[in-house]
Amino acid sequence: MIADGVTTAALEVRNLSFSYGPKRALADVNFAVPSGFTALLGPNGAGKSTLFALLTRLFTSADGTITIAGHDLSRQPRHALAEMGVVFQQSTLDLDLTVQQNLLYFAALHGLSGRDAAQRAETALARLNMAERAGEKVRNLNGGHRRRTEIARALLHDPQVLLLDEPTVGLDAAARAAITQHVHDLAHDGMTVLWATHLSDEIQDDDHLLILHQGQLLRDGNVSKLRGKTPLSNYFLTLTGPKP
Amino acid sequence: MRWLPALFAIMRREALRFVHQRERFISALVRPLVWLLVFAAGFRAALGLSITPPYQTYITYEIYIVPGLCGMVMLFNGMQSSLSLVYDREMGSMRLLLTSPLPRWWLLTCKLTGSTVISILQVYAFLAIAAAFGITMPTVGYVAVLPALMLAGLMLGALGLALSSFIKQLENFAGVMNFVIFPMFFLSSALYPLWKMAESSRLLHNICAFNPFTHAVELIRFALYGQFNFAALAWVLIATAVFGALALWGYDPARGLIRKRA
Repeated sequence: MIADGVTTAALEVRNLSFSYGPKRALADVNFAVPSGFTALLGPNGAGKSTLFALLTRLFTSADGTITIAGHDLSRQPRHALAEMGVVFQQSTLDLDLTVQQNLLYFAALHGLSGRDAAQRAETALARLNMAERAGEKVRNLNGGHRRRTEIARALLHDPQVLLLDEPTVGLDAAARAAITQHVHDLAHDGMTVLWATHLSDEIQDDDHLLILHQGQLLRDGNVSKLRGKTPLSNYFLTLTGPKP
Repeated sequence: MRWLPALFAIMRREALRFVHQRERFISALVRPLVWLLVFAAGFRAALGLSITPPYQTYITYEIYIVPGLCGMVMLFNGMQSSLSLVYDREMGSMRLLLTSPLPRWWLLTCKLTGSTVISILQVYAFLAIAAAFGITMPTVGYVAVLPALMLAGLMLGALGLALSSFIKQLENFAGVMNFVIFPMFFLSSALYPLWKMAESSRLLHNICAFNPFTHAVELIRFALYGQFNFAALAWVLIATAVFGALALWGYDPARGLIRKRA
């Protein structure tokens, strides 16, 4: 069921393996993320976070290659990182700074400053319906708005690829649905999105789906084609749940 | 890709963080002042100091320990900066820094510069209060000490960076206090001249002479009197290079220890 990789994909992973000492976390993973919304679905401990750490170069693996917007992450890390927006599972906002200050700090880490950075921050916040909160301290925002701030920030430098690692953790149902829809809208506008989750209800039928389990990629393809008439949650459970 | 915005942004963030933690500034000032006004007052009678360069006359113990206390401010600040990095890593906000498309050595340099500038401001605040209590240096010393403080700050900041990449958790920071800050401070020329140490133990004297902190303090001491100590400068530069290399190694995504905890 593993689909052939598309060489023009903005994000491509080839023969990627990784171990923590003797424990194998990823085993020969291959996939390509086309433009639009791709969900990386896997139960806890499937290797999603390890994969994200490798995709964002928090650590590197000698086995396999990761290509982002045509740049090999190990050979041209800076070019690759410049084309990537990341929302980590754990919040990376500075609580004592305002929304705007957080965005400008990030802009500076990407070499942007002055009017250009301010303009981009404004646009990114407007895109996530957060414009009126620019001056608020992050500490005073609720979980949903903090997440939106992080997504706005990840889009500030116009990346080609947006990576989100379980971005709805800790949010209430309404905020979760809103964030999920927002990112689907971004994907419909042409952004390449990789969204890691263990919750099948965050995935829509026309999304691209990767199912990761115990460090191995089990499925790669269109959601509706993969699941057929079975509800996605059942389909996912049959693949990854405890065997009877 | 422009590099300077990151430098200014990281420095600004360090400064904001410092302003937000008023207790940190106060404790950074109170600590050396307690040593200067209480400890030194008690010790001046016990310790007779003869004339050694850069001093040209007999000096009181208060005068002697001022450079050491400048070093102490910087040592604590360097460790504080290391602590904030470990905290950043535990909270996840360090990922933001590590996924920036700028070279990692540059990001670490920015961080180092930011914490050094904060240290220098604290040292000048300390020198001003010391002067208000009548413990003054030659005027030229206050200017000449600036480059010395920069180098000492970079060296201790680089040590802090290197340590932060090796400390597993925030809780282990007490260990750093016990095994790095205290030995570094007490086994140096900050509180007593090396020849005095040699009188009691040759071995301790040799350890003190090897300790890079001793040389940072001597660099500051000579600069405060408008003089230049070449040996101290060389030691400080070498130590900065070694600590800097260790920090780079520690933060290298392929080899460093960061991978287990990132």
